[in-house]
Amino acid sequence: METIVFGLLNGVSYGLLLFMLSSGLTLIFSMMGVLNFAHASFYMLGAYFAFTITGSTSFWIALFIAPVLVGLVGAVVERYGLRKVHANGHVAELLFTFGLAYLIEEVVKIIYGKTAVDYRVPDLLNFAAFEIYGATFPAYRIFVIFIAIAMLVGLWFLLKRTRAGLIIQAALTHPHMVGHLGHNVPFIFMTVFGIGCALAGLAGLMAGNIFVTDPAMAVQMGPIVFVVVVVGGIGSLEGAFLASILIGLLQNFAVGINASFADLFGFIGLTEMSEVGSITVSSLAPVLPFLLLVLMLIFRPQGLMGEQEL
Amino acid sequence: MTFRKTAILAAATSVLAMGAANADTIKMAFIDPLSGPMGPSGEAAYTSFQLAAEHINEAGGVNGDMIEVTGYDNKVNPKESLVQLQKAIDDGARYIFQGNGSSVAAALIDAIDKHNSRNPGEEVVFFNYAAVTPAFTNELCSFWHFRFDAHADMKMAAITDWIAEHDEIKSVYLIGQDYVFGEAVVAAAESMLTEKRPDIEIVGNELHPLAKVKDFTPYIQKIISSGADAVITGNWGADMQLLMKAAAESGSDIPYLTFYGGSKGAVSSLGEGAIDRLYQVTEGITNLDASDEQYALIEEYKERFPDYDYYYHRAFNAMNMFVAAAEAAGSADPIPVAKALEGLSIEHAYGTATMRAEDHQIQQPLFISTVSNDVKYGVDNIELGWTLVDAGTIPLEAAEQPTTCEMERPE
Repeated sequence: METIVFGLLNGVSYGLLLFMLSSGLTLIFSMMGVLNFAHASFYMLGAYFAFTITGSTSFWIALFIAPVLVGLVGAVVERYGLRKVHANGHVAELLFTFGLAYLIEEVVKIIYGKTAVDYRVPDLLNFAAFEIYGATFPAYRIFVIFIAIAMLVGLWFLLKRTRAGLIIQAALTHPHMVGHLGHNVPFIFMTVFGIGCALAGLAGLMAGNIFVTDPAMAVQMGPIVFVVVVVGGIGSLEGAFLASILIGLLQNFAVGINASFADLFGFIGLTEMSEVGSITVSSLAPVLPFLLLVLMLIFRPQGLMGEQEL
Repeated sequence: MTFRKTAILAAATSVLAMGAANADTIKMAFIDPLSGPMGPSGEAAYTSFQLAAEHINEAGGVNGDMIEVTGYDNKVNPKESLVQLQKAIDDGARYIFQGNGSSVAAALIDAIDKHNSRNPGEEVVFFNYAAVTPAFTNELCSFWHFRFDAHADMKMAAITDWIAEHDEIKSVYLIGQDYVFGEAVVAAAESMLTEKRPDIEIVGNELHPLAKVKDFTPYIQKIISSGADAVITGNWGADMQLLMKAAAESGSDIPYLTFYGGSKGAVSSLGEGAIDRLYQVTEGITNLDASDEQYALIEEYKERFPDYDYYYHRAFNAMNMFVAAAEAAGSADPIPVAKALEGLSIEHAYGTATMRAEDHQIQQPLFISTVSNDVKYGVDNIELGWTLVDAGTIPLEAAEQPTTCEMERPE
């Protein structure tokens, strides 16, 4: 019972964080058709900007300013980088974002140093929210859950219920038509790219102090974000949401399970003494998302909710 | 005319440069993580070696020669370490320092053995200051390897002796990093606990990936629901800090018996919760009674490197033992120094350290300490710091462990 409750709580909070990060990526993909390899770098920028702003003012100011700054950086990258590269096709775009990821990492290393910075949870939220089964659940994680849900609702409202959202959706599928109707399509693209990056920045701001803020955080987070986007179905926000929660739960439950392969497959004669039998489920936890990715690509290439195949 | 002038000048400078190269710099290479999640662990040790070298140079050097320590970033990766080792050897380094990661140390021991047998006259010696898998001074021992830190069995003996004295501990949870060192810690804990306190139940035995886990909350919650009275861990670097971060968030008060509770950020992650709850075994802590010189050294280190604390006392021990050996041998060449190091003793701030000749394992008193808010020196830039526990001094004889090493020595 304890395992289930803890698994759910941690899984959902981690999953929502993943969603914050991957929603921007999937939004950008459905708009421009390019997988932004530098997306996790914007996540890292969010954490570092928040660290700097928190240091000179307060976390609450950083909460608003840091994502906006990351969004602006994203918009500049789109306006003066991606848009120019776009003329040369998707491969050029892919390589551009790939290079950009390295560039951002090196710049961060030069400015902030190669090791982790001391970015902390704000004192106001640094207390235990409630206690179950002898363990407390930190208030900050509840705050993260709320921000993620607010962001999810806000994004949904923007895209589905406002005029701006209608134009964005139209621009995704019929850019020429929207252009002929008198809307500034390149501007729309730049805005969406900026918003996508700002969301990644927000995720960095929220996660940087729970985990570690160091120059390796982008590289560590990068692969898992792609897993979320592919499993959810490329370009689908709903899919990204489902996949994030699924992966969050999967990883947390796996760690909590004590069984080994021998326990699971004992009926075919596997014993604790053998190499394979002694592998525990919990030690496999970090691999599971990637196993899911491989299986998904084999059996359902369009992902959970996606419309198009890779 | 101009050409001839230039040629003469060039010849002159090259002679000068050659002279400078012989003017006697002892090159030492520090191969450890200087970036990434384990970067702070490497950085803290690197700065300690550099400060030690500076002090030695100011005091006239080693037989008049100057020591130069250069850092090589290996990203805790054994393969990358071999590349860096080759680079270091090409740069002229004859002494290698490494400590973060027994996986790396194992690769270096092997590579250095091979290098030395293939390049007689250009031998390289490995000073291991923190990779503590017992095998390196037992079945895998090598003449070219010297260890300046107590190995896992020695530290575990200290921890299990402490547990044996505490009857209220009835169950123990083991958690470690999933590689050769983490496995050695878990194995040592199991065998020693069964021997010293057969009544203790080991309620958990968990290995997690090295330097990959960012959120230890699920592990901590597993520990809590196992009902353990104490946790033993060999985690170091970011894995130690993040484990403590998750422990602090969970609000449980289980004591943590660690090898590397002194890793940067571990104490500040727990805050007040670390008091009488986080324990470590080391060769010294800053809050032990010591000479004024030692206090001055601790303060100088903090002033020079405010991000870190004086933690790698063994870095200074290793350097001072090197100097003593080189002076005894009258040479800074690897083979004479290595031979002089065997059986060498020095007095350091917290006791006597002897390099056991049989297996090249340092023998010295160990100290069990916990966190307190009433200390001379805090860590992590907060008020809390390490203080000796009652009967926390483990004398040399008690800390010593037997060895199975059968060493082959060069002629």
